[in-house]
Amino acid sequence: MAEFSLPQNSKVRKGEHHPAPAGAKKPRTFRIYRWSPDDNRNPRLDTFELDVSNCPMVLDALLKIKNEVDATLTLRRSCREGICGSCAMNINGVNTLACTTGLDECKGDISIYPLPHMPVVKDLVPDLTHFYAQHAAVRPWLRTESAAPDRERLQSPADRKKLDGLYECILCACCSTSCPSYWWNGDRYLGPAILLQAYRWIVDSRDEDTGTRLDELEDPFKLYRCHTIMNCTRTCPKGLNPALAIAEIKKLILERRG
Amino acid sequence: MDSYKIQQHKFDVVVVGAGGSGLRATFGLAEKGLSTACISKVFPTRSHTVAAQGGIASALGNMGEDDWRFHFYDTIKGSDWLADQDAVEYMCREAIPAVIELEHYGVPFSRTEDGKIYQRPFGGMTTHYGKGTAQRTCAAADRTGHAMLHTLYQQALKHQAQFFVEYFALDLVFDSEGACRGVLAWDLNEGALHLFRGHAVVLATGGYGRTYFSCTSAHTCTGDGGGMVLRAGLPLQDMEFVQFHPTGVYGAGCLITEGVRGEGGYLTNGKGERFMERYAPSAKDLASRDVVSRAMTIEIREGRGIGEHKDHMHLNLMHLGSEVIRERLPGIAETARIFAGVDVSKDPIPVLPTAHYNMGGIPTNFHGEVVQRKGDDNDAVVPGLFAIGEAACVSVHGANRLGSNSLLDLVVFGRAAANRCAELIRPHTPHPDLPASVLDTALARFDGLRHAKGSTPTAKLRLDMQRTMQRDAAVFRTGQTLREGCANIDKVYAGFGDVQVSDRSLVWNSDLVETLELANLLGQAVATMHSAEQRTESRGAHAREDFPDRDDANWQKHTLSWVNDAGETRFDYRPVHMYTMSKDVDVVPPKKRVY
Repeated sequence: MAEFSLPQNSKVRKGEHHPAPAGAKKPRTFRIYRWSPDDNRNPRLDTFELDVSNCPMVLDALLKIKNEVDATLTLRRSCREGICGSCAMNINGVNTLACTTGLDECKGDISIYPLPHMPVVKDLVPDLTHFYAQHAAVRPWLRTESAAPDRERLQSPADRKKLDGLYECILCACCSTSCPSYWWNGDRYLGPAILLQAYRWIVDSRDEDTGTRLDELEDPFKLYRCHTIMNCTRTCPKGLNPALAIAEIKKLILERRG
Repeated sequence: MDSYKIQQHKFDVVVVGAGGSGLRATFGLAEKGLSTACISKVFPTRSHTVAAQGGIASALGNMGEDDWRFHFYDTIKGSDWLADQDAVEYMCREAIPAVIELEHYGVPFSRTEDGKIYQRPFGGMTTHYGKGTAQRTCAAADRTGHAMLHTLYQQALKHQAQFFVEYFALDLVFDSEGACRGVLAWDLNEGALHLFRGHAVVLATGGYGRTYFSCTSAHTCTGDGGGMVLRAGLPLQDMEFVQFHPTGVYGAGCLITEGVRGEGGYLTNGKGERFMERYAPSAKDLASRDVVSRAMTIEIREGRGIGEHKDHMHLNLMHLGSEVIRERLPGIAETARIFAGVDVSKDPIPVLPTAHYNMGGIPTNFHGEVVQRKGDDNDAVVPGLFAIGEAACVSVHGANRLGSNSLLDLVVFGRAAANRCAELIRPHTPHPDLPASVLDTALARFDGLRHAKGSTPTAKLRLDMQRTMQRDAAVFRTGQTLREGCANIDKVYAGFGDVQVSDRSLVWNSDLVETLELANLLGQAVATMHSAEQRTESRGAHAREDFPDRDDANWQKHTLSWVNDAGETRFDYRPVHMYTMSKDVDVVPPKKRVY
């Protein structure tokens, strides 16, 4: 059953306040979720007033805080150009990548939390172990029975086009962790990211295991917990459409029932 | 010192790093029946291979005539005759099966009308030894690295490879005979230390791009393998050769692929001139990267830059049409919009040469085995230690890497290392005992940094290092700037003794991770600056204004550089391999390099 109030040890308390430096040209206020496993304390919300003159992106601001105000602030980041998927987090209520979100897109004070409904390792770092295990569980690789040719397998440009909008997924988990169905049933529902990954192989003209792939997804929980809420598509920082991929899987399963 | 409980694991082989080369090695080893651990500080698909855009070179000949011997010639010319020609032969010949193999794994390559892998022109890639333009670079739109890295990760899943994700490698472990026996690593999620024993350790840790202030490299490109090798008292090779990519986004530094110019894009200066015609009359915008970056720097220096400060150039692709952009360059259209506020179908992208790739690294042979000079033997193998990918210096890139040869290097030498391990190691060979004291130095170092109570924050030292490298080890260098650079970087290195770490935790202590990374970067920054200072010639990416010519008589040799704990450098040299592996191709003798 869903719980409607947070357990005592999850209630977020007021945290530290770091005022803006004197003479800040462009001050903005950030409220950032903090939690450490090392003490037995509840999570807190720290307030940082920052001069963001040289910070075009939210990630730039977070790194400025880490470099100049509080070195203990913990987050994942790597490529800083929206392709590695490390810095996925919840910014002003929306799951997205900190590195491609401009501060000018954020209105008012900026609230930053880890991706929702995942166990927190520390501060803005969620535990994605289960998400990765679900990805592995759909056996996301090319499955063929026929012997490989000496040269490349041929694929027409039209067939290759079917992979556009799918292969670009960066496994950031923004979509899955924005999905209420995944929040309630994430233990068994695969969620939009993994279903999109599954569909990427179902429509690949080179793959020869479509039947098994559909069999493995035809399950009240794995697939059919999708209720077309569409948060996934709305939040995807790469502009992909996982909801459409899920709908296509459902259609294929219906079609083969005849 | 705190006492640390250390969990021990025994594997046949331990791979450090899960980018393109680390993953290719990992499942290659698993395929051969060797028990393999792959430890990585980031989840595999977050590795920086993911950001490669333009493609992977292979003389498939899908789009016109091609031959791996042309590719061999181009790579050696691109290297300015510093590459080892046996290794280049191996790579260019293996490129063809390597790319076919990738396609069989499921890489979503773009396609030609007849369904073959799509190939585009790239800088320095020619046919008939410089006469024609080759279409050799196999592409998945402009997201080839992403497509490859995800596919390689999927193959690793298929082979049930064992990953240790978000484990930070601290130091290598050697026995008393100098053979590498394992690696000590820190599990960020649980906050525990682990000793991974292996009959071989494969370093696939990538480059050290973050030594520079403005670079295309990810925050995590901190050359952790090179840092560990220096601490083990082994040398790094050819560290003076740092590639500046001509087209990093002005300001943000994000990469804009050379594939833009491959597809017909071109550079202009403040006068709207296509200035590359003056510098490389034949190849123009598709000259190799060192040539284009120097031309841009000269244009800016001579007052023909663009913008308020006349400090950048324009990359034009408006004329390509929205269909070509949508089909083949969708990723850079997105990057330009986000990081430069530019609609590439209407306006040019502001760009600047940006630190991009390290030709130098851990010296190896073409099996990926780490080598050193020992007496008369210039190619003595360090037992148990391998290096592959950008971390390594095979050397197939010499003084300047050609675009799209890097993704190739990853898979060819990742596979080669796995094959070599399978030749040398019998599965499940027992591990000899090591003395209890074998971890003392590494543990003391880790504990010392964890409790570092100095007065200079890691971020401050890192910025000092990055500014020094940006200023004094840039596209053009002179004896004077390099001498100043050496003094400056030595000062930053010494400043590390006063480093301040604020977070004492063992769980996801990213302050400490960044400090350990800075230590790795600093050693390599020192090696780079001092190697550049001592090489009194211009070759490939190393352009000395006081020594503008290549000097083959004195300098056609690899620099080996050691950096000890005190930051003192020492140099030696290895000859360039001026021989091939087979009679299928002739050695390319040095000649003047003109594009």
